[in-house]
Amino acid sequence: MCLAIPSKIIRIVGDMGTVDVDGVKRDVSLLMIEEPQLGDYVIVHAGFAIHKIDEITAKETLQLLKEALAFVEKDDISN
Amino acid sequence: MSIKHAEEYRDKKLSRSLIQEIQKNSRKPVRLMEVCGTHTVSIFKYGIRSILPKTISLLSGPGCPVCVTAQGEIDAFIELSRKKDVIITTFGDLMRVPGSNSSLQQERAKGQDIRMVYSAFDALEIAKINPDKEVVFLGVGFETTAPTIAASVLSAQVMNLTNFSVISAHKKVVPALTALLQTKEVNINGFLLPGHVSVIIGAGAYRGFIKNYPIPCVIAGFEPVDILTSIHMLIKQIETGKKDLENAYPRAVTEEGNSKAKSLLNTVFQSGNAIWRGIGPIPDSGLFFQKAYEAFDATRRFQISYQQTPEPKGCACGEVLTGIKTPLDCTLYKKICTPLHPVGPCMVSSEGICAAYDKYHVENNRGSCNDD
Repeated sequence: MCLAIPSKIIRIVGDMGTVDVDGVKRDVSLLMIEEPQLGDYVIVHAGFAIHKIDEITAKETLQLLKEALAFVEKDDISN
Repeated sequence: MSIKHAEEYRDKKLSRSLIQEIQKNSRKPVRLMEVCGTHTVSIFKYGIRSILPKTISLLSGPGCPVCVTAQGEIDAFIELSRKKDVIITTFGDLMRVPGSNSSLQQERAKGQDIRMVYSAFDALEIAKINPDKEVVFLGVGFETTAPTIAASVLSAQVMNLTNFSVISAHKKVVPALTALLQTKEVNINGFLLPGHVSVIIGAGAYRGFIKNYPIPCVIAGFEPVDILTSIHMLIKQIETGKKDLENAYPRAVTEEGNSKAKSLLNTVFQSGNAIWRGIGPIPDSGLFFQKAYEAFDATRRFQISYQQTPEPKGCACGEVLTGIKTPLDCTLYKKICTPLHPVGPCMVSSEGICAAYDKYHVENNRGSCNDD
């Protein structure tokens, strides 16, 4: 089972780290990610951080999606 | 507290706009398959089946690791758990999967030492504090899980843990997609590709497959906006006659994937033929030990050979996993096969499609009725 929600790195000790996801803290291995930093959001799988969320891409994707759908929202009267 | 990188993708207004767009664009009847157990769960949890237009049918493919594990492998796990001085370590999902005549849970009740772990590293800890026992990890999962197991093998080597070994029953997603499209009865118009397998293997790993078997494919995340965006992209491709690979999860999936994870995986494992439940043997779809790491291969250490065990009589898991049937077409579903007494793995795993149909009270092949 994949954990869909990204976790925030709150502690780093060598190759290990502690992450927080919505208040739940867990120790994870940071072996598989490049240059982990405190405050990074990572995807965790089976006790390993497997990806650092790309903040800029995350922002851009949402923005693009909102722009693409803007014309639909205007017509939306169902709220 | 808001959950960053998740709640923005649960936005109701965005979801509603996406649904409207899907409704507007979808004309042809289509069958879209996801190949990830977590997608199955998300789709049911957010009621996505029920809000899509009637033209769109969603199918759950061979994406739940436990569900695709062959009966012979399950029997081998159970057999191994009965050996003296062996501690079996596993992720929780495998515990209740029925083998031909028992399950790991039943074996544990009889006194065998079978422990659920959160990470393969936990199994290393167990090996460290039990030097007089053999600790075996049951490696089941796709390319997301396999590198974590590879990392534990490399750590065991560094720690000189000679009482640790792994049964590698890991499987690869792309060969399974190929096998599905080579199966005559299978009728799929597009794939929602698994988010976190793709984090590891990268979008690039699908290019060869799409070139050889052109079909609309979109890599999808797990929140409602992610899934609806992906369905929208698939519908647009289908309606305009395109057969491309698109990435609807770029905040997590890159073209090349996670090179560190791929390197771990390729250091310890190599591809080989594997048997999938319901599909049968698929060339190069399994991950087995490289020669240099054979010492950690539990199948060698305990001389395990898999038997070609028949699947439970009447169980339609195989046809359900290939989208040929739905759980409602299975004669055992909710009659003999229930979450309390599962016959097949699709009812055992929380990610299994039969378990999802039961939990969300699906009464027709369109969608869910009530959320528990």
